[in-house]
Amino acid sequence: MWLIRLAWKNIWRNKSRSLITMAAIFFAVILSVVTSSLQDGVFDNLIKNMVSFYSGYMQVHKKGYWDEQILDNSFAASPKMEQETLSGKNITAVSPRLESFALASSVDITKGCLVVGISPEGENKITRLNEKIIAGNYLHEADNGVLLSDGLARRMQLKLYDTIVLIGQGYHGSTAAGKYRIQGILKFGSPELNDKALFMPLALAQDFYGAYNQLTSYVISLNENNLLKTTAEELRLKLGKEYEVMTWEEMMPEVAQHIRTDTASSKIIEAILYLLICFGIFGTLLMMMVERKFEMGMLVAIGMKKHKLAALLLLESIFTVVTGCLLGILVSMPVVIYLNRHPLRMSGDMANIYERFGFEAVFPASTEATHFITQGIIVLLIGFLLSLYPMARVIRLKPVNAMRR
Amino acid sequence: MQTVIDAHNVSKVYNPKTIPVYAVNNVHLHLQRGEFTALVGPSGSGKTTLLNLIGGLDKPDNGSIIINGVDITGLSANELIDFRLRNIGFVFQSFNLIPVLTAKENVEFIMQLQKTRRQERENRIKSLFRQIELEDKINVRPSQLSGGQQQRVAVARALASRPQFVLADEPTANLDSKSAANLLDIMTKLNKEENITFLFSTHDQRVIERARRVITLVDGQIANDTARVSTLHEVAGQAG
Repeated sequence: MWLIRLAWKNIWRNKSRSLITMAAIFFAVILSVVTSSLQDGVFDNLIKNMVSFYSGYMQVHKKGYWDEQILDNSFAASPKMEQETLSGKNITAVSPRLESFALASSVDITKGCLVVGISPEGENKITRLNEKIIAGNYLHEADNGVLLSDGLARRMQLKLYDTIVLIGQGYHGSTAAGKYRIQGILKFGSPELNDKALFMPLALAQDFYGAYNQLTSYVISLNENNLLKTTAEELRLKLGKEYEVMTWEEMMPEVAQHIRTDTASSKIIEAILYLLICFGIFGTLLMMMVERKFEMGMLVAIGMKKHKLAALLLLESIFTVVTGCLLGILVSMPVVIYLNRHPLRMSGDMANIYERFGFEAVFPASTEATHFITQGIIVLLIGFLLSLYPMARVIRLKPVNAMRR
Repeated sequence: MQTVIDAHNVSKVYNPKTIPVYAVNNVHLHLQRGEFTALVGPSGSGKTTLLNLIGGLDKPDNGSIIINGVDITGLSANELIDFRLRNIGFVFQSFNLIPVLTAKENVEFIMQLQKTRRQERENRIKSLFRQIELEDKINVRPSQLSGGQQQRVAVARALASRPQFVLADEPTANLDSKSAANLLDIMTKLNKEENITFLFSTHDQRVIERARRVITLVDGQIANDTARVSTLHEVAGQAG
């Protein structure tokens, strides 16, 4: 106990030096916590935007569908399978889809379009499709109308409540044909989706394609993206080899790659921050060793065992690091919470690009406890590792040499 | 009389492979319990080196040093630290108290290293501060004490572990006359009343006058070893 008291008192023998070291740790912790929280928040937001855009966090298909996306690779809808999927721990919503292509025509204009049969209510839980309506009304299960994307409507020179004619290849080579009333216009950020998407109730799509009770996918929403891989693995085991369970990372590898690249570059920034902390702490330790060399020699001379002296120095370093670190974490908490409640908002061209893709150009910080804990542990480890230097010096210390003026 | 220090044929050579310098050369020294001895000699005569060797802070190249029956030249570095803690008190020229601890805590520190029980520590501290006449400064930090007072606390710290003897390296070098005289009074009193053995290395005539035995070192060898029945200080006092 007296050793702890002595270590604490020793920290304050050179107040400005200790305060400078603590301040270096304090600001580094704040900076690294806020940086990593912001970065994770940005990625979480990006992922949430991407998956709620169209794909969902995961999709279940018949084995082979992703490589050859045709109706013949569809599977029979099964409420039991849907329930089984929904019973997964991290899974919050499951919605069926039947997707294929058709030729859309009106008067003398014909264009290819993506026809998506959806469960209006289920789809809303995952992609918030109703929020993309810019004219007309959203779908109901029993509706006979369709929702047309804004770009497609303009290319086809169609308006709300006009009729669109669809013709295509149905299930098992049958001919699919039908005419539908446009009951709503949707606006998507993605030009690709905005220029070709057409949504209709699932039953109507199954009827159009002659694919009764058939689905091309179950789209799945998750609670925690962090558990994406585990959840997918569990579902794969549950559904068996007949189905393929694909994560958004597998369906959109370019987004996953972008996140990985960005994470790697921010790790380099974090490493530079840690390096600065290292220099700050090490500089203090070096100064302390020079200043107190005589005293250390004297302490060993009068009978203080070297391991006890080493423990004293270790405690001093740990106190300095812990104090700076705790204060840094305490102060970064309200900062991160504030940045979560009042997210950074992008403006200008960058914001326009984001908004064009249907993303809100805001970056809320992530408030996950892991950021605080991880940064705290890393800084503590740095402090502990650097303390090994004075400890090693003390173990080799010869009192006669140390006390030589 | 009990022999406390028994040094035989002790030598310490610096630069043995290039230009050998005999800091201590073939020294024989015996100190009995209760002696008040001054080790004198010009600068570079080997006083501090001999003190370091006797105090187990340095190892001789030759010879043996037996303290209270233990040959300390055969002890490991760790054993030596423990030996010093239990057997030797040190007083340094520049006081060297721990600045962040109070006078009391500085003295208590040694007893904490020895794992002495709290009550015993308290009693010993009270008695030591009474002996060094600093009872009113017990809870004061070194920076608030004068040089003389700090050195008195250093003496108390050296005595706290109840050592076999106290080694004092130029203890009065940084003190004014009054403080030095006061410190020497206390040390003399402790020597007389508690039979504590003191070995000083010094240039200071005031210390030499109080010593009952004066050993003169020249070029690392004992050139003279004189014991006195009465110290010069006592003689001067009687004459006065």
